Amino acid sequence: MKLPDKTLNIPDAIAAIPDGATVLVGGFGVPGTPFTLLNELARQGQRDLVLVKNDANEAGMGIDHLIGNGQVRKLIVTHLGLNANAIAAMNSGALEVEFCAQGILAERIRAGGAGLGAILTDIGIDTELANGKQLVEMNGSAMLVEPALRADVALIHAAIADPFGNLGYAATARNFNPLMAMAATRVIVEAEALVPLGGLAPEAVETTGAFVDHVVELTEISQEYGIVRR
Amino acid sequence: MSDARSRMVARAAQEIAPGMVVNLGIGLPTQVVNHLPADFPVCLHSENGLTGIGAMLPYDKADRNLIDAGGAYVSTVPGSAFFDSAVSFALVRSGRLDLTLLGAFEVACNGDLANWKIPGKFSPGAGGAIELAQKARRVVVMTTHCDRKGNPKLLDACTLPLTARGRVARIYTDMAVVDVTPDGFALRELAIGISVADLRAATGAPVTIPHSDIPTF
Repeated sequence: MKLPDKTLNIPDAIAAIPDGATVLVGGFGVPGTPFTLLNELARQGQRDLVLVKNDANEAGMGIDHLIGNGQVRKLIVTHLGLNANAIAAMNSGALEVEFCAQGILAERIRAGGAGLGAILTDIGIDTELANGKQLVEMNGSAMLVEPALRADVALIHAAIADPFGNLGYAATARNFNPLMAMAATRVIVEAEALVPLGGLAPEAVETTGAFVDHVVELTEISQEYGIVRR
Repeated sequence: MSDARSRMVARAAQEIAPGMVVNLGIGLPTQVVNHLPADFPVCLHSENGLTGIGAMLPYDKADRNLIDAGGAYVSTVPGSAFFDSAVSFALVRSGRLDLTLLGAFEVACNGDLANWKIPGKFSPGAGGAIELAQKARRVVVMTTHCDRKGNPKLLDACTLPLTARGRVARIYTDMAVVDVTPDGFALRELAIGISVADLRAATGAPVTIPHSDIPTF
């Protein structure tokens, strides 16, 4: 018995994303952002996308290309303060933005990945983030209903992968990646290193390849992945 | 940094007790680590998935995959751990975070905090601030006493959208150390050269003044 090979080239992996798709994008700042997959999505030009990401990267990097191209209809995000283009697009009404508390975004995605319908939390209950949300009482406390987030596609950056899609992550580049890798119908991974089956010890696997659909190997680590000198 | 501000940072560092798990907000709060001895036993947490934050690194020594939540290039220490964003906030929400030091736009005398949004001017999203402010066991604010225009930041009631209600226990400013009590603001210490009258004039709510001598920092 042998585990299936899911390696694919980058253009074909991204071509599977239709217009109107909801796309989870890994990363917190630069670490863990799948820049190569995003650049191919910008090149192919799919429209009307809903992106879910911790942040909006910085101007000229990552999802900023998609926002600049007008490919993004809505952005679900925790913070976009480092991207003046995204703030301008939000303020002009060109980009719809839904803000979510950071850990609640993580839990909504985890719930989506775990086949659950929603989570209950009191986070943000005294803030404007509670506006329009359903309130329930649980164990004597008021809780907000935060719906699970599941997407059509997840774009994931891993440090290491095998052809089946078993994944390992580097340092603070894991962030949302392991959660998003469970929460989409089509999970596309770019990996800095591709090792043969068996090259990752079972104990070292952080995301089982059973969640993953496509693995692409990065042949070069472009400047976008590098140190940002601010 | 002004002398008063650096003394505020040094004074706020005394908030950190041995053995704590601590999250330091972006900006002034991250600088308190410079006032802790190298062998001080504390676990610093970063929202993007790190316990055990080491020293900041210059660009030529930085690891492109190792940042803190503010985007600064940091290092690990012996015993550091990495984890995903769900685990990171599980730690925050479950009561394991002993202390957070946060910046502020406004703090009210009932402990309300506003630090994430100025409608029409600055709406970048709260990131992890709401969870930190709502769930850390102790919430301490570090801020200049007044904004850049000289308006008080310590107020009767916040005018800006709230980050959390009634959670701030203490405020360190470049003028004073002020506690939030059931009776409102209470002065604990004054910066060197600041009088009670100066403080009252720069504060947008009543401040209870102790009868005894007021320590300075």
